[in-house]
Amino acid sequence: MMRVDKHPVLGDREAGRRVTVSVDGAEIQAVEGEPIAAALLAQGIRVMRKTPRYGEPRGIFCGIGRCTDCIMTVDGVPNVRTCVTPIREGMIILSNLDRGGDAE
Amino acid sequence: MTGVQYFDIVVVGAGPAGLAASIEAARRGAKTLVVDENNKPGGQLFKQIHKFFGSHEHRAGVRGYDIGRQLLEDAGSAGVTVWLDAVVHGMFERRVAVLRAGRHITVSAGQIILATGASENAVAFPGSTLPGVMGAGAIQTMINVHRVLPGKRFVMLGSGNVGLIVSYQLMQAGAEVLAVVEAMPWIGGYGVHAAKIRRAGTPILVGTTISRAVGKGKVDGVVLANFGADGKIDPNSERTLAADTVGLAVGLSPLAELAWMAGCSFVFSSRLGGHVPLHDENMLTTLPGLYVAGDITGVEEASTAMEEGRLAGIAAAESLGLIGQEQATTDKNAVRGRIEVLRSGPFGEGRRLAKAEILQQRSLLSV
Repeated sequence: MMRVDKHPVLGDREAGRRVTVSVDGAEIQAVEGEPIAAALLAQGIRVMRKTPRYGEPRGIFCGIGRCTDCIMTVDGVPNVRTCVTPIREGMIILSNLDRGGDAE
Repeated sequence: MTGVQYFDIVVVGAGPAGLAASIEAARRGAKTLVVDENNKPGGQLFKQIHKFFGSHEHRAGVRGYDIGRQLLEDAGSAGVTVWLDAVVHGMFERRVAVLRAGRHITVSAGQIILATGASENAVAFPGSTLPGVMGAGAIQTMINVHRVLPGKRFVMLGSGNVGLIVSYQLMQAGAEVLAVVEAMPWIGGYGVHAAKIRRAGTPILVGTTISRAVGKGKVDGVVLANFGADGKIDPNSERTLAADTVGLAVGLSPLAELAWMAGCSFVFSSRLGGHVPLHDENMLTTLPGLYVAGDITGVEEASTAMEEGRLAGIAAAESLGLIGQEQATTDKNAVRGRIEVLRSGPFGEGRRLAKAEILQQRSLLSV
């Protein structure tokens, strides 16, 4: 939907290997090895988590693994930086809804 | 499992500065390791799809990703060892602590070169935490490396070269850029980049800022405003653009945590982006065996980062006795001459003076 398939400098996008992952219970298609955040943005998913106290939405901000705004729970591991974590077949990805260790 | 491994030279950061440093060191016979926390080497080079400026010997006209490929090839043929997905989390004298694929490794080093780069600055305004407000560099990585557009209609805050180049690259990727917004009364970046954006129909609004981003759950509007005579936002000038994404191109700050941890002396330079480790004309910090190169020593661009890396790599090899003083002086002066050229001209002058100030401060310390 929001993938850059054609590009005047870079040429056509390489298709890559398609994988299927689960995001908050919904199945989405992704390209193996791309950052989780990129796969989500490609599907139009912009909210990666809500802040624990006020429930404010947060999405990708720095894209280099420093700001930790885009953390999610991946395969049961909370606080995974989705902008620098490659996506793999069958990952279970959940919005980071609560403080680290409490995330379900 | 823990273990201690020895390398003559350990470089932290596999971007342009770190790779260039490692190539020079390894070519002079140093057993060289480069450690990088990312899963791919090259730092930010592979998202730079524009042609570089400078002279022929600075690879002018060559696109960033081609420079990156060349560096990787050279590092490979020079015999440099590269560890990816490896985080340096501890700095000791001639030792670094590395977390690599879940294992702790202590690496003992003859000399250490820090080439950790810089990170983008943020700016706060109401709504700036909404999903859809992101760093311009993050946008650039998404569109050029991962080939994903993080939005459809963008507003870019900041008209320096990063803001201008990323705006143009957004258009190349098929997005709409509604405006580039600049608080200063003039455009910050090169005229040639600004002209490309204006030719494409995107206005560059100087004397203007973002007063807030609005939207429920994500950005769906950006309110722009002008400054009044008192330098504050004039509420009567507010107007809303129907943007869904904001790029922040408001400068970078050196990533110097490891140098702080090691105990280097620092100096503040607003021109260079913040606190930077003091270093001498060999890129040696105030600590023995610890060098710096690239944006950690002050934010510039990839061409100077590579040259500083080369300088540090040669100097580190010299200090290990791998090359003689005469040869080293010849090699280093060749690099210094090229750095001088890169910092010449109206855009380089400020950086040249700021860098000279760092060398000056360093020399005062050693008296």
